[in-house]
Amino acid sequence: MIDPIKPPRRKNPLLRTRLPALPPRPRSRTSHGFTRAAAEGRFVLQRCEACGCFAYPAREACPSCLFDGLTFVEAPRRGMLLAETTARVPSDVYFRERAPWRIGLVKMDCGPTIVAHLHADCVEGAAVRMSLQLDKSGQAVAFAHPEGETANMADDKQWREMTADPKFRRVLVTNGRSVIGQEAAVALRAAGAKTVFVGVAEPWRPFAGENLLRGQDGIEIVTLDAADEKVVADLAADIGGKVDILVNTTEYVRPGGLLDRRGTSIARDEIDQAYLGFINLAQAFGPAMRMRGADGINSSAAWVNILSVYALANWPAFGAYSASQAACLSLSHSLRAELRPGGVRVMNLFTGPVDTEWFQTVPPPKVAPRAIAQAIVSGLKGGLEEMYVGDVAEEIRQRLAANPKALERELDR
Amino acid sequence: MQSKNLLELASAISSGAVRVVDLTFTLSPDFPVIVLPPEFGQAAPVRIQEISRYDGRGPAWYWNNVTFGEHTGTHFDAPIHWFTGKDLPNNAVDTMPSKDMIAPACVIDCSAQAAQDPDFVLTVPDVEAWETKHGRIPDRHWVLLRTDWSKKGWRDYANLRDDGAHTPGPNPAVMKWLVEERGVIGFGTETIGTDAGQAGHFDPPYPAHHFLHGAGRYGLQCLCNLDQLPATGAVIVASPLKIKNGSGSPLRVIALVGST
Repeated sequence: MIDPIKPPRRKNPLLRTRLPALPPRPRSRTSHGFTRAAAEGRFVLQRCEACGCFAYPAREACPSCLFDGLTFVEAPRRGMLLAETTARVPSDVYFRERAPWRIGLVKMDCGPTIVAHLHADCVEGAAVRMSLQLDKSGQAVAFAHPEGETANMADDKQWREMTADPKFRRVLVTNGRSVIGQEAAVALRAAGAKTVFVGVAEPWRPFAGENLLRGQDGIEIVTLDAADEKVVADLAADIGGKVDILVNTTEYVRPGGLLDRRGTSIARDEIDQAYLGFINLAQAFGPAMRMRGADGINSSAAWVNILSVYALANWPAFGAYSASQAACLSLSHSLRAELRPGGVRVMNLFTGPVDTEWFQTVPPPKVAPRAIAQAIVSGLKGGLEEMYVGDVAEEIRQRLAANPKALERELDR
Repeated sequence: MQSKNLLELASAISSGAVRVVDLTFTLSPDFPVIVLPPEFGQAAPVRIQEISRYDGRGPAWYWNNVTFGEHTGTHFDAPIHWFTGKDLPNNAVDTMPSKDMIAPACVIDCSAQAAQDPDFVLTVPDVEAWETKHGRIPDRHWVLLRTDWSKKGWRDYANLRDDGAHTPGPNPAVMKWLVEERGVIGFGTETIGTDAGQAGHFDPPYPAHHFLHGAGRYGLQCLCNLDQLPATGAVIVASPLKIKNGSGSPLRVIALVGST
């Protein structure tokens, strides 16, 4: 049973803000099979293609039959906590600062025994549910949860290190003119965020949903046009030190590829809004977020991008837009590496066409803005790095993995 | 005119005997721009990107890269901007006669009417009433419509509603009349365009653009400080950037005002 975390007090300005430390990073190349699964919230183990036995930790040959064909497959999550121990004075700086830290040995129902970080409600001899999580280094670790729900479960100290839970955190949603931005703001607030700053570009232009935002407690409208370097820098000067989660909801969708457009002005707008906007936001807010990664209950924790799944494979009907999204996807990987020293996560949500005005003539299925908002919250709570929201996004991912050339031909219609 | 008169003017400007009134808004990203339906091409907003500021990118100097559309901020419209003026000679900002960049102005104060009604439209009788008081508008003068619109906050300034913008401007008859009967060199406003917010519903649509540019005349918009100008006698200096085949440009508009 865990005591609920309390809203953080205001900081003592006489104390230095502690710099983030990171847990050990080294992993074998093979064990990044776990990283890949953890990024998406899946639980996998290696399984021998010959004898079918599950193995852990990552290895090159089956421990049972020595066959060298081990593949990462979805595995049953249930296990039993064999033994636990509490590290009180670890030598590693990251764990030392967070001690006491509980770890344990979990005997999986499917065979192997795993060293795992423990949720405080895990009891020796009792069943546990395993997950793979990305730690502050961005590396996969095994985490054991109690089998059922327990009180204030998400407030567990060790679990919060693995996630970017919005509870008590302050969030900047960059574009509140869009339905996605508005839904995200409401959902994050409902998930316990203390304040949601919502950026509105060109405030002289009225927009639908404005009154809804203005009426909400804990939602604060700020002037923000991501494409405007100065405005972004000005906002960061005001609130940069209290943005714990940044949700980049920049949305600039225009149909067309290359030949049916005249000139580059639409493409420039796409790049201006999506790509340069991303850079402006990163340069203005990134450094403070990276520095505040261990700043207590409301430490900086995550950066969220909402990207089109066509960043992965160009959809010629929205060809230039797809390209702008691909550019943002590439930037997100750079950002992820650059925020790593702060332990700040970068989560990318991939969506298919969203049920908004610019996809009006695209037939369903389309993703509801609310579904994206809910995915943002659940992704942050689960500590994910990649999410595919909606059927189209999931399908594109699978088809891309199966045969990229086939997907290219199929999207060319 | 002898050069000594010009030198007298210069010294009067220097001494303050001739006032120089700046009619220009600061060119900045937060200033409203014309809003067209999203499926049309859009004016690029003003963007200012630092190249260096006495830092590692340039230790001793500060400078910016600036981008903007031709019709952003306080700006000038050349005849080529509208289809009615597309075939006229010397109709772009780079080819227009330099002498057209300096001309006197008549300022018609409609601030009271505009305060009452954001859709106020200037009519021929309004201008005739002004002429009764101040005399007939001479040939090749600017007519500037004072509405005090420039004093509003940006949202009220743009005044966008779900049926479009609601800002004051001229009706078709008065524009035709000013161009044909009074020979104005141009028409200037404090609002985002020379036309009223609802002018798309006039006949012809956007009459200020239609008649001015069709006759090779000019437009000035997003002006401020018109309340500091006399009804007659001010001289406007409006020289747009010399953009190749440009349809207009942001510019610094100043007025010279003598003592009365």
